[in-house]
Amino acid sequence: MILPYPIVPDVTDDGFDTQTVTLNVNRMKIELQILPWVSLLDALREYSDLTGTKKGCDHGQCGACTVLCDGERILSCLTLAVMKEGSEITTIEGIAQDGQLHELQKAFIEYDAFQCGYCTPGQICSAIGMLREGKAKTRDEVKELMSGNLCRCGANNNIIDAIMDVKNQGNYE
Amino acid sequence: MNNFIYTKAHSVQDAVDKVGGKTDAKFVAGGTNLIDLMKYSLTRASTLIDVNPIEGHHSIEEKDGGIRLGAFVTNAKTAYHPLIEERYPLLSRAILAGASAQIRNMATNGGNLLQRTRCYYFYDANTPCNKREPGSGCSALMGYNRIMAILGTSDSCIAVFPSDMCVALAALDAVVNISGPDGERSIAFTDFHRLPGNTPHIDNNLLHGEVITSIDIPEKGFCKNYSYLKLRDRNSYAFALVSVATGLELEGGIIKEARIALGGVAHVPWRGKNGEEFLKDKEPTRDNFAHAAEIILSGAIGYEYNSFKIELAKRAIVRNCIMALHPETQLPGAQPSA
Ligand SMILES: Cc1cc2nc3c(=O)[nH]c(=O)nc-3n(C[C@H](O)[C@H](O)[C@H](O)COP(=O)(O)OP(=O)(O)OC[C@H]3O[C@@H](n4cnc5c(N)ncnc54)[C@H](O)[C@@H]3O)c2cc1C
Ligand code: SF4
Ligand code: FES
Ligand code: FES
Repeated sequence: MILPYPIVPDVTDDGFDTQTVTLNVNRMKIELQILPWVSLLDALREYSDLTGTKKGCDHGQCGACTVLCDGERILSCLTLAVMKEGSEITTIEGIAQDGQLHELQKAFIEYDAFQCGYCTPGQICSAIGMLREGKAKTRDEVKELMSGNLCRCGANNNIIDAIMDVKNQGNYE
Repeated sequence: MNNFIYTKAHSVQDAVDKVGGKTDAKFVAGGTNLIDLMKYSLTRASTLIDVNPIEGHHSIEEKDGGIRLGAFVTNAKTAYHPLIEERYPLLSRAILAGASAQIRNMATNGGNLLQRTRCYYFYDANTPCNKREPGSGCSALMGYNRIMAILGTSDSCIAVFPSDMCVALAALDAVVNISGPDGERSIAFTDFHRLPGNTPHIDNNLLHGEVITSIDIPEKGFCKNYSYLKLRDRNSYAFALVSVATGLELEGGIIKEARIALGGVAHVPWRGKNGEEFLKDKEPTRDNFAHAAEIILSGAIGYEYNSFKIELAKRAIVRNCIMALHPETQLPGAQPSA
């Protein structure tokens, strides 16, 4: 088999050292020993056992890896974990509180807004970020501002329905 | 991705010093282009210098009647800044037509100017590409060149520069402010990016080790008559096949000044100065806009699969000039008005 790109070893013996990085994830401090090229996505999934955040394309093109960083939605696949020392990260695991699902999580269930569920964690984190931004007024604007989250199953209409319902209820904080 | 050392810069001087003579040390800002290219092993760096901790260039401020955009302000914060929405809505619309909300939250103003082409062959390390590997040849010339350039091309490269934000900055006469080992300098926006010539691997006139610190836009913002139109294969979240930024200044029903810049057609954001000249002191009619479009596209050359862009660009100019007469009709994501 010919691999298209060189595979780089994860651990090196040529002078590259792991760094201690402290991440605040879901209101918990996590201290990691990682190499500088570990993405925030891999730091969460591979080194912190937080596998709710999904890896789709790993290149910024699908939105599956969306998390909230200091309240804003970002892509964890194009972020280096070492660059987020001290930031507040929220993943899908940190959305429900005190055993209560977030309004968006409830709406996704009510509106049948997922099939395989692969894009769902990213969709929900992204929708929370979008509602907080407060820029989308119309359904068209919600669609536009959610367009960074692709759903391979084609559940998009129900996803937008679920988000519109929560937005119209105004109870998303 | 290759192995690298990661370090933070705390001042512009610190960033410049940390590059020192290292030819493969790179700055990282939002990371949305650089990390992507590094993951494909299309670019490599021995050291990544994080410029985000540098103080003093994280704000948007009034400057000599115009505005200074800090290089490390995100694209999202810039697009939604009250001063930009009110005085430079064309810039706001162009930024919001690009990428996705998540990427705009990460991408910085400085990084946006330095993003690399989306030419398929540039992204495919198994094919020759003069931009990636100088002297290896250009696969797009005889390849599937549907998304490639029609203006300012050379036999070495027919790639387009993919930014939306930069199309508006070209129309708005922006100036790029730079600090480097030899001190500070400024470059007019239309002189910042380069045509491919026989050095397509050099995208712009920034020198290695120089930091973009800010971007200035002069007072004139065309906030009454402006429009950004982006034509692409999907309504949203795709790069432009052709995009147009238009600003018009009207007085008594006559065009006093027109600005027209195109995206997706050249190795640089393409400013249509000759068409702008034609429109001066004319009535804002469809015929005049169509004539201006003919002038702007007069030097265009199509390749096997992208000749359609010539007609597309002409029609986009006309449509966008008409939309600029009624900016309130614009739809989200820079789609044509209804
Ligand atoms: C899936 C996807 C879709 C996209 N769609 C669009 C689109 O439709 N329209 C569009 O316009 N853009 C689009 N983009 C591109 C995006 O806008 C750019 O990647 C972004 O603006 C780059 O900014 P950054 O801060 O992340 O740069 P980085 O990736 O951090 O850096 C890019 C380059 O600039 C250098 N650099 C960064 N800041 C400075 C500085 N201050 N001084 C000197 N050098 C510096 C870095 O060394 C690097 O070489 C898309 C990106 C992705 C991943
Ligand atoms: S058009 Fe430019 S970037 Fe694309 S293959 Fe040819 S040389 Fe490379
Ligand atoms: S995994 Fe990050 S955008 Fe697809
Ligand atoms: S539910 Fe399957 S990808 Fe969206």
